[in-house]
Amino acid sequence: MSAATSAPPRPTDTKPKKSKGLNAGQGRLGLMLVAPTMLFLAVIIIYPLFKAIQLSFQKDAGLDPATGLFVEGGNAGISNYTHWLLQKCGEVDCPPGTLGAQFYDALWVTLFFTVVSVFIEVILGMWFAMIMNRDFKGRGLVRAAILVPWAIPTAVTAKLWLFIFAFDGIANRLLSTVGVNPQLWTSDPWAAKFAIIIADVWKTTPFMALLILAGLQLVPGDVYEAAQIDGATKWQTFTKITLPLVKVPLMVAVLFRTLDVLRIYDLPAILTNGGGGTTSLSMLVIKQIRSGFHSASALSTIVFLLIAFTAFLFIKFGGADVVQRPPKSKKKEPAAAPGNPVAANATTPGA
Amino acid sequence: MTTATTTATPTSGRTEAQEIHFKSDRNAKIRMYLGLAALVIWGLAPFYWMVVTAFRDVGYTFDTTPWPTHVTLDNFTTAFSTDRGNHFGAALVHSVIIGVLTTAVALLVGVFASYALARLDFPGKYAVLGVILGASMFPGVALVSPLFQMFSNFGWLTGANYQALIIPNISFALPLTIYTLTAFLSEMPWELEESARIDGCTPGQAFRKIMLPLAAPGLFTTAILAFISSWNEFLLAAQFSTKSTQTVTVAIANFTGAQPHQEPYTAVMAAGTIVTVPLIIMVLIFQRAIVSGLTAGGVKG
Repeated sequence: MSAATSAPPRPTDTKPKKSKGLNAGQGRLGLMLVAPTMLFLAVIIIYPLFKAIQLSFQKDAGLDPATGLFVEGGNAGISNYTHWLLQKCGEVDCPPGTLGAQFYDALWVTLFFTVVSVFIEVILGMWFAMIMNRDFKGRGLVRAAILVPWAIPTAVTAKLWLFIFAFDGIANRLLSTVGVNPQLWTSDPWAAKFAIIIADVWKTTPFMALLILAGLQLVPGDVYEAAQIDGATKWQTFTKITLPLVKVPLMVAVLFRTLDVLRIYDLPAILTNGGGGTTSLSMLVIKQIRSGFHSASALSTIVFLLIAFTAFLFIKFGGADVVQRPPKSKKKEPAAAPGNPVAANATTPGA
Repeated sequence: MTTATTTATPTSGRTEAQEIHFKSDRNAKIRMYLGLAALVIWGLAPFYWMVVTAFRDVGYTFDTTPWPTHVTLDNFTTAFSTDRGNHFGAALVHSVIIGVLTTAVALLVGVFASYALARLDFPGKYAVLGVILGASMFPGVALVSPLFQMFSNFGWLTGANYQALIIPNISFALPLTIYTLTAFLSEMPWELEESARIDGCTPGQAFRKIMLPLAAPGLFTTAILAFISSWNEFLLAAQFSTKSTQTVTVAIANFTGAQPHQEPYTAVMAAGTIVTVPLIIMVLIFQRAIVSGLTAGGVKG
């Protein structure tokens, strides 16, 4: 999904134009207009979120693994959390192979996907964006071509790559022409992880490239000309001009992609179905729901906290500069940050 | 990835310096077009392979000829046949119903909020933006267990209860709708509205005759983005859909072939082609608007 928020003027505009008649009742009208959205989000996101937290402190009905007795439910305290975080199934450690014992495997593999995918996507996306940020014929074709992976449903993407990565499929055929042995792309521990990363990178790099490109297009051409006249090398131009100027849009893109991969479900669920140790955190939640959704609620709350914490770190410390925001709103809603600094950049070209 | 090619033949009449400049210019251009070719291949090759396979006889599933061979329409017949318990045709209808209703509600609710965010100053504006941004970062999986419990209490997890799929989809489509629309609306020439008023239009006329036609492309692009997000949703659809509300993504993920444990690749590729091609046609027609819609939120804020 695309990134942030509000609606500042374009670089060329001087100030947002407001009709005078509206100013009087603006406050109340504004609140009335956003009220339906807020109500909707409260009912379909905020209420379920609190409901999940409440559910996570209740016991799942079922057989107690320690005593073998049927347990009715009731207050669980934090036992659903210790189940995942400390690997406790009742009083004992979770036996290997149970869902509880898979928590750290799922956590590490999800983090692995996140770091590797986002890293590759940044490098490739940057390269794609720089290729597209020039004058060339056939702009429409290139733009269309890179929108195709974005538009294909992830479920179809997963099936498409499942076919490409089939044992007799085209990927293994192409590898054999360069002398690489055929891989078991859906069950080998390394091949399966890279199958998912390759499919994810294929699908989402174009989106990353488009976001970076939109940032690059805000960099005025005369800055590059000046650098060229001053004798800057290409590498200097890239690190001293391009990177700092696209840093904020880039960080917003990285933030959104990071959060996307942290909740990855469709690709591993359909492409490998967890084969080769590719069960992601979201997959683990879904598997757990079948055997008790109080425990699943605890796990989904952990996933939520992980994502919220990551978003917080990005907004607070990672380049998505909070400083340039209007100070009055700064303390209230840190989440609103990424959009505005970008806009601030956009309105001060050549700074 | 590119190799410098020396295709420039020296021509008399140029100085050496001009020649070098000409050559490096030309090489840069060649490198650029090679890069662009790589980009196009990147985007289209896997998709092309899906379409080629969709039209290939099932006996030649793993044929690696790069162009269409053994062309047949059988896979499309197989994709739609219900003999093996696949209900792809019905799933298409369900997905359209869910997508259209999700889009309609998200647009209807979102357009008011977007207008307010684009045009008005009001207390708590940044808090509202924060909530919407937070909603777009929200992991869908955190909704599954509470909604599962709620919906099963309501009796929505059986039969044709489309709302069990539409409601969560709205929660994903709404933040997206609001970003995109806010960006579009804030770029509209609102001074035209005032001009129309000065020229004697009523507020209603000014809105209907001047602003609405101008806003139409933005609304349409937003509708496409919202529809695509609903059409492509899988995680919650896989949990909450029943036989009578199964969506296309779920149908494709669970597609069963003639033999158990043997993936019916060609039929799945045919189904994937049917699901994808309408989207791609839409994207091709509206690509410029979609790109600006997608990036508007990210960069212009």
